[in-house]
Order: sequence, then C-alpha cells, then structure tokens
Amino acid sequence: MAQAHGIEAEGLVRTFKGDIRAVDGIDLRVEPGEIYGFLGPNGAGKSTTVHMLTTLLPPTSGSARVAGFDIVKEGPKVRSAIGAALQEAALDNLLTGREHLRLQCALHGIGRAERKVRTQELLERVGLTLAADRKVGGYSGGMKRRLDLALALAHRPSILFLDEPTTGLDPQSRSALWAEVARLAREDGVTVFLTTQYLEEADALADRVGIIDHGHIVAEGTPEQLKAQIGRSTVEAVPADGTTPEAIARILEQFGEPTGGSPKGVAVRLEHGVEDLAGIVRALDAEGIKLQNLELHAPSLDDVFLAKTGRSLEGAAEEEEEAELT
Amino acid sequence: MSVLAQVGQIARRSILRTARQPANIIFPFVFPTALLAVTSAGLHSATKLPGFPSDSFLAFFLAFPFIQGALFATMNAGTDLARDIQTGFLNRLALTPLRGGALIVGQLGGIAVLAFVQNCYYLTVGLIVGVRLESGIVGGIVLIILATAVAIAFGALGAFFALRTGSGEAVQGLFPLLFVGLFLSSMNLPRNLIEADWFRTVATFNPISYLIEGLRSLIIAGWDWQALALAFGFAALLAAASLAAATWALTLRLTRT
Repeated sequence: MAQAHGIEAEGLVRTFKGDIRAVDGIDLRVEPGEIYGFLGPNGAGKSTTVHMLTTLLPPTSGSARVAGFDIVKEGPKVRSAIGAALQEAALDNLLTGREHLRLQCALHGIGRAERKVRTQELLERVGLTLAADRKVGGYSGGMKRRLDLALALAHRPSILFLDEPTTGLDPQSRSALWAEVARLAREDGVTVFLTTQYLEEADALADRVGIIDHGHIVAEGTPEQLKAQIGRSTVEAVPADGTTPEAIARILEQFGEPTGGSPKGVAVRLEHGVEDLAGIVRALDAEGIKLQNLELHAPSLDDVFLAKTGRSLEGAAEEEEEAELT
Repeated sequence: MSVLAQVGQIARRSILRTARQPANIIFPFVFPTALLAVTSAGLHSATKLPGFPSDSFLAFFLAFPFIQGALFATMNAGTDLARDIQTGFLNRLALTPLRGGALIVGQLGGIAVLAFVQNCYYLTVGLIVGVRLESGIVGGIVLIILATAVAIAFGALGAFFALRTGSGEAVQGLFPLLFVGLFLSSMNLPRNLIEADWFRTVATFNPISYLIEGLRSLIIAGWDWQALALAFGFAALLAAASLAAATWALTLRLTRT
C-alpha cells in the first residue's frame, strides 16, 4: 500500500469559545509509512489536532495536507484516504461486530460481494471471528478497540489516525494492539498518526515522537534522539539500614550532579553514562557502604517531557485533571 | 455509493436498533391501545351529545393511537441520533462518504417502517374490536399512509431536537410537551363541541387537531376531502419544516470540511 504523501501541517491553530487555544500553531511532518507518536497529557491538544487532521474540525488558522490533500478544501478526498479510530471506541452496542463492518464497508462504497469478503478478512485480522455475530454491547474493552481498528481499516486507508487507542486496556490487549499497529506500518506501509499519553507506547511503537503541551509541540524526533537531548543516565542508590544517605551522596556526587530520586534514595545524573557504574560500585565498596538497592535509569521520554516543560508527564496529566475539576 | 443506497444502509441500521430494543417496540404498541381502551370506555357517553359525529366513541377515538404512535417515533428517532452524537458514532459516520441528508432520511426510513407496522397493528386492533371503516379498504390504506407520514414528520422533529441538543434526555423532555399538544387538540371531542372557548381556540390553532381529524374522517365519515387535504397538508408542512430544521442542525453539528 505505497503512497507518496504523509501528513504535513503548518501553523495549525484551533481556538474554542472563551479564546481557548487548544492547538496553538503546530508544525509537523509525518513521512509515508512512518509511525508518528503524538505524546502529551490530557488536554494538551492531541485530540483536537487529530480532529482537524481528519477533517472533523476546521482549523481556526494554519494549513495541513493529509495524503496530499488540503484538509479544508479537499475534505472528502482526505476522508477517503484515511482511517481513524478516535478516542472513544464509537460503536453501536446494539449491532454485532459483523454488522458494524458491513455498514462501514457499504458506506465506503465497497460492493456487496467484496464487502462480505473484506468483513471476514478484517474480523480474522483483529481476532474477532468467534465474536463476530455477538452484539458489541457484550464485548470487552479490548475487543471494542480491536473492532474500532478494523472499522478504521475497512476501506484500506493509506493513513491511519489512532487517538489514544490503548487507553483503559489491560496489558495483554495493549500488547496485541501494538503488534497489529506495528504490523500495519511495517508490512502494509500504512502511515500511522498515534496519539498517546503513555510513554512506553510512544517508545515502543513510534518511529518519531512529537511531544505536545498546552497546544505547542515542545520536542520532536526519534525516541532515541529525544532521549539523547537529555543525554545521560541516572543512577540511584538506596541505603541499607545503618548507612546514611549523606555518605552515599558524597560518593555518588563524584560521578555526576544530584538529581531527583525516590524519597529514600540518592540519585545523580552520570557524567559519562553507563561506564561510570563500575567505578561507583568500586567506590561504594571501598568505603564499606552497604546498599539496599542500586539502580541505573536510562533516560526516558518522561525525562524529555520534564526537561522541556518543567513537569513530569504524569504530573501534567494530574494538573490538567485538576484544572478541569475547578 | 448512491445516496439511495446510503439511505438504505442507515435505515437498515435504524430498524435493527429498534427491533433490538424491546422498550421501543412494546411501548408504542401497548400504551396507545391501552389508552384507547380506557378512554373509549370512560367517555362513551360523549356520543350522546347532540351533534357528536359517531355513535361509537371507540371509532371516534381510534385516530388517537396513530398520533400517539407518531409521538413515540419522535422519541425513537431523536434518542437514537442523540446517542450517536454522545457515543461519537456520528463522527464515525462523518468520516465516511455518507451524505448528511442520507443520514437523516435513512434514520427516518427506519422510523417509517416501524410506524407502518404500528399503524397496521392499531388498525387491526380497531377492526377486531368492531370499528367499521367508513372509507372502506382503500380508506384503510390511506389511513396507514397518512399516519406513517405523520410519524415521519414527528420523527424529523425528534431528529432536529437531537441534532440541536445532542442529548437524549432533551429529546425525551420534548415528549411530554408534544403530549400536552395532543391533549389540547380535538383528540377527545370534535372542535364544535368543545365548550370552553379558550380550549376550542387552542384546538383550532393546533395543527395536531387537523392531523387527528384527517385520520378520524377516514374512520367515521368516509371520504371527507377537506379534512384529508388539511391533514396531508399539515403533515407535509410539518415534515418539510422539521426536515429543513434537522438538515440545518446537522450542518451545525457536522463541522467536517
């Protein structure tokens, strides 16, 4: 399923009543066949961006082309090229999985004979063959998400938008969905625009990640590039009984500057990365310092988020939730 | 895919949804016939009023279930659409080449099928309990067509409310209002026999009166062309206005480019 165009956006802005700028000038470029992870806390502007790129919401200003088509002037062409599984698995609890797929195929103009074949093919692909003729109201969250994905693929789109596809799923269902999304991109060449608030999801799936906060993209690159911007690993030591944190800090600070760790631990950002670890162990041993635990942390996307916004991703999500409540 | 085929797909879904919700089937069948039985038994003596147009109150009142059934159609069409808005299903449909008009007409197509079945049932119940159709078999067919048209018109009104409010509760809130409208019509008595001036005036300006009177004329009077013209005219007017309003509301609701 090769295609020449991915997604390009320039200065995309969307404001709502009360001059709320949900998306505040986003520039991005997603290459064909790429999985682009759009990472950010709740309320950062991820879904609004997806709604604009999928033509469901006109932008206030700026422009974007999806699959080579302008999202404002060529909405129907954009829609024919894309599939989307939006934040809520929008399904009709009274219809069966098969009926959903048949309706979706029919509305996309797939003929009766092909519709039947395509429906079966998609059911098999997402592992819903046995549940195909059960009403969706009885499906688990994971099954609903899988059906949602199948519906988005009904007309063989070249670009797929997945808005927080694994929110609320158990780890097993999440892994299964990740595997399917990865397969779509690797084997079928589908471009995937994936929004998520899970660091590990972006890390595991995305070729490139854009981090969004308060409607702005604050960092963009491959997960490795982004982590490399933060650079160095941290090491954290938790003292055993009878050892003071100060004694550990005195040793560790020879290897890097102090950084935040767990309440009982002492952490430093290593000057030379992983290679410092052996020296730390030797130095602690030479001083006879007993440890309860010693951990090496590679830089994570949360570190990137923290460095770019001054908040951890988890903390930012909580702030947004509090803001919504007040 | 042609617009007609799109309408067919949406109508099919609407019928499936209705068929799978027992409440949507049972209430429109049970309530109107129960009210028919209770009211016609209680108000039978009204037939003794000078100038009352029938000696059977049951026959006189048989038009009522058709209108009440149409009001249920309003609820069904409205709450189904509101649910689609609330669950995001409307967004899913908006991402397909489905035309807005096809969505509304398809939804109403499903309502029309249910209304047709309901209307056949009300007429059958009436015939079973001894009502004689003065307009004959053809009149019975016209009666069902008119009642189905009224259901479509009310259904479009429900769709409009759903699209404007996006709330099933708001649509359900509309039902008592329409029910009051039904009671303030010539539902229980011919307008010329309503003694209270204000009531008679309200009933005269109430379009539901003309819908009821058109249906009733086929049952108790035969072929009253004026009553039929007024009933079909008001049904068409209500349908056109409601459809236009629903289409407008859909364009506001669907902001797709």
